[in-house]
Amino acid sequence: MLTILFFLSSGLFLGWSLGANDAANVFGTAVGTNMIRFRTAALIGSIFVILGAVISGAGASHTLGKLGAVNALPGSFSVAFSAAFTVYWMTRLKLPVSTSQAIVGAIIGWNFFSGNPTDTESLTKIVSTWIICPLLSALFSFVLYFLIKSILKRSRIHIIRLDSYTRIALILTGAFGAYSLGANNIANVMGVFIPVSPFRDIRILNSFDLSSVQILFLLGGLAISLGIITYSKRVMKTVGNSIFKLSPVTAFIVVLSSSLVLFLFASQGLKLWLQTNHLPSLPLVPVSSSQAVVGAVLGIGLAKSGRNIHVVTMAKIAFGWITTPLTACLISYLLLFVMQNLFMQTVFY
Amino acid sequence: MGIFSNKVAMMEAEIEAMLDEISQSGMIFVAAIREYLQGDTDKFLDRLKTIMDLESDVDDKRREIRYKLYTQMLIPESRGDVLSLLENIDNVIDAIKDVLNQFEIERPDIPDSLHKEFNELARASNEAVSYTVKAARSFFKEIHLINDYINKTYFYEHEADICESTIKRKVFSSDDYGDLAQKMHIRDFAEHIAGISDEAEDVCERLSVAAIKRSI
Repeated sequence: MLTILFFLSSGLFLGWSLGANDAANVFGTAVGTNMIRFRTAALIGSIFVILGAVISGAGASHTLGKLGAVNALPGSFSVAFSAAFTVYWMTRLKLPVSTSQAIVGAIIGWNFFSGNPTDTESLTKIVSTWIICPLLSALFSFVLYFLIKSILKRSRIHIIRLDSYTRIALILTGAFGAYSLGANNIANVMGVFIPVSPFRDIRILNSFDLSSVQILFLLGGLAISLGIITYSKRVMKTVGNSIFKLSPVTAFIVVLSSSLVLFLFASQGLKLWLQTNHLPSLPLVPVSSSQAVVGAVLGIGLAKSGRNIHVVTMAKIAFGWITTPLTACLISYLLLFVMQNLFMQTVFY
Repeated sequence: MGIFSNKVAMMEAEIEAMLDEISQSGMIFVAAIREYLQGDTDKFLDRLKTIMDLESDVDDKRREIRYKLYTQMLIPESRGDVLSLLENIDNVIDAIKDVLNQFEIERPDIPDSLHKEFNELARASNEAVSYTVKAARSFFKEIHLINDYINKTYFYEHEADICESTIKRKVFSSDDYGDLAQKMHIRDFAEHIAGISDEAEDVCERLSVAAIKRSI
């Protein structure tokens, strides 16, 4: 059991850092502008991130599994650790980084090392979503901005009442955002452990079942929650006060748009519904919540005047699409080599 | 949720009541000046008493609103703007009370030939106050209308300035208005009344900045 926990630790660490950083994308502005207390945000965030991970986490994990099914526990440990280390290192260097892109690079590193072919169809699908994600988020926030502006103009809501409605809206979208974050990004945290899950399916109180994958996701969700509770306060204050100075209503639009995008890329139910109604659907892939937020802020900027576009920020994101997976791929390859030849561990079968 | 919504409704009502009282004080001011010029001292003093009561009521409401905005953690983003708006708009009713008080204490002798100009000046100042209150209301409820009301306030403030200049020119270009001391006394009162519209203009200046911040 201790060995299993040790090998899972890299995934749990990745989960913790995801909670510490990405929960701020969901609740940052609300907490930073004092619309919601941190304690409320952390409580709602933790609960819904776990629910999202356990209930809707399977979809995006499936695509990662197709990219490369890491089939030995020490291999999974190395892949998750490489992604976590890349995220940590690039954050230290103040470079834009996304957990989703790091894990993809690390899996490809495992593919190279183990001689497994990389499914180019899955890879193309994943890379294209990195570009679609911020663009779609920008489109959503652009449309929502005009829609909400026109509703507010017609409804003659008093500033005090609008404030209380905005608070409720921020809490609800925050819960939805945390759910979507859990559903979409749990694949990054626990995806590589699915083929080697050490758990068995269990039945709780004779009423509902938890599959071995759901137990993994529950653990990952708990790690994300721990990240939210222990470390996200400072990040939330920074997001709310310096990076994106938004009014509470625009903050609501940003959170709603980015959460919708994360949800679109995560929900199997929604994908099925879109397909049965002959509507275009998106592949279920873990995407970056930070990039979704940047996209949504860009959408608001375009809706307001078009002068608020930060070309440098956009270029940094595009730069991250290349550097993050490459770095993670390289570290993963090196770590797998060390694990196999120095620690004599089987990293693939 | 019920208690929360009740608190919100009470706060809305309190702000509305405060703005109603300021708007009311502008109309009473016009009537008070008219009655003073007609020599109806009793009625004038009644009006002054009403204005003083309204002013103290507005002060109480402002304090209550400030206390509630902070203790109930309402509108953290626009709290500063709302409080400074309420403080500034309170200066308008203070100015109205001060002018009427000065009339009561100094009892300036305003000749009949200037009554029309003084009444016009009082009306222009009241219009400026009235549109400022409308601008303040639209800040709270219909932000897209605010510039319309702000522009109207600026217009009536300018009208008040014109009336004030007309009075001054008339007084200082003729010997019919007594000695220099009396002329200066009349001039001071024209300036005091026009000062009310200046206070209204100040509120609008701040409102226009707050409105930019408030647009989503």
